[in-house]
Amino acid sequence: MGARTIIPFGPQHPVLPEPIHLDLVLEDEKVVEAIPSIGFIHRGLERLAEKKDIHEMAYVSERICGICSFTHGMGYCTAIEAVMKIDVPERGHYLRMIWSEMSRIHSHLLWAGLLADGFGFENLFMQSWRLRERILDLIEETTGGRVIFGSCKIGGSRRDIADDVMARLLKELASLEKDCHAITDTFMEDSTVAKRTRGVGVIAPDDAIALGAVGPMLRASGVASDSRSLGYALYPELSFAPIVEKDGDCWARTAVRVREIYQSFDLIRQCAAKMKPGPVDVKVSGNPSGEYWARLEQPRGEVIYYVKGNGTKNLERYRVRTPTFANVPPLVHMLKNIDLADVPVIVLTIDPCISCTER
Amino acid sequence: MSFFKKSPWLLHYDASSCNGCDIEVLACLTPVYDVERFGIVNTGNPKHADILVITGSVNEPTREVILNLYNQMPHPKVVVAVGVCAATGGIFRDTYNVLGGVDTVLPVDVYVPGCAARPEAIIDGVVKALGILETKAAALKAGAAEPAAVEGSK
Repeated sequence: MGARTIIPFGPQHPVLPEPIHLDLVLEDEKVVEAIPSIGFIHRGLERLAEKKDIHEMAYVSERICGICSFTHGMGYCTAIEAVMKIDVPERGHYLRMIWSEMSRIHSHLLWAGLLADGFGFENLFMQSWRLRERILDLIEETTGGRVIFGSCKIGGSRRDIADDVMARLLKELASLEKDCHAITDTFMEDSTVAKRTRGVGVIAPDDAIALGAVGPMLRASGVASDSRSLGYALYPELSFAPIVEKDGDCWARTAVRVREIYQSFDLIRQCAAKMKPGPVDVKVSGNPSGEYWARLEQPRGEVIYYVKGNGTKNLERYRVRTPTFANVPPLVHMLKNIDLADVPVIVLTIDPCISCTER
Repeated sequence: MSFFKKSPWLLHYDASSCNGCDIEVLACLTPVYDVERFGIVNTGNPKHADILVITGSVNEPTREVILNLYNQMPHPKVVVAVGVCAATGGIFRDTYNVLGGVDTVLPVDVYVPGCAARPEAIIDGVVKALGILETKAAALKAGAAEPAAVEGSK
């Protein structure tokens, strides 16, 4: 047994845009233990519910995280609407699903780029982000924002997508889908990518469940769990099945996300085909009284929103359990007995979102 | 001092941002915006950096990290605060763990507005920072004393 060394990883580290700190305990080149410390981006957002009214909180909720921003706003609104028994019009739901699938595509392309950067494939990083800019253009055209959309509100959607814009959007999405194959084929078939990801950071299905993994992380270990199957919004109207891989390694997690990009393109097309003209929102009056748990599927996995209203314009309690928080214990498990050089790749394949985790 | 114009390196740190501004800073470095064509490189090493780009408001744990990074950077150096959170604390200024904007800890040279700040605005801010960097460099060359390190006391 060699002498033990402790290598600090973060909070400021080139591979992570966000601060998280890991103490990596090494024996020679092998990591024997990883001790995380968090709290660098804790803002105390949940208690802001005491100061901002329920409608303003939709904006605050969106700023839990700038990558999955739309799902955060949508989850908060879904919970409040359940408490206040508001029926969102059909078109409002379809618009929300379109934007949440578009943000899934943008998030997965962003993640693919960061992963490529993590194992040193600079060109693939740049190409992934080049394609991501095209989906951002579509998001900007329909919502007005690039990363923070602000288009979801309690009672429905703040904006509508006109028919001619929708036609253009579908055409551009079809062309983007075709172009995505160039990068996803590289992720799936390139031998250098496989060398860095195959058999690295394996987590068995039982461990994944026991440690509470969610989202693509869990599905890559062969567990078909997707919160969209729970039937929030109008997902029951669409035909889709959770995407599952069986290996549980970094490659399988990449494969799940790559296939989810194409699944999202398909879901957007289904939404557009089923959408009928009509109102996009309803008028909301009164204040929420009661509590509700909303469960949604974010690009990173299952996210839970708890709201408790007491009949005033401020919530009594707002609580969010985000997917990265759930995925940290499996990450710490995977970081044992691996090579130091694999640490960035493994950390990135959980698709860490620290600002979600710490809020 | 035209060499700054050719290759200013920047160091990005997320103080307690929501990620929105962070990914826009990264987007500046990738195709479509691609500031690397001007020699601007995102470095991970504070000792190589000329420009410190900070996104998000400052809270208690990140205050130490920001000071540490800033004091490790060689003179001349400039600080760019990206986004409204970095400027004032933004939407989070009323939360219990947020101390305020970056200027509660460091002297800030350029403020970039926006929530999230757009890549065009960030690039504009960095270009403004280059001008300030050159002025500071010229002052140092003319014999001005190096500014003292920023202390951690509140």
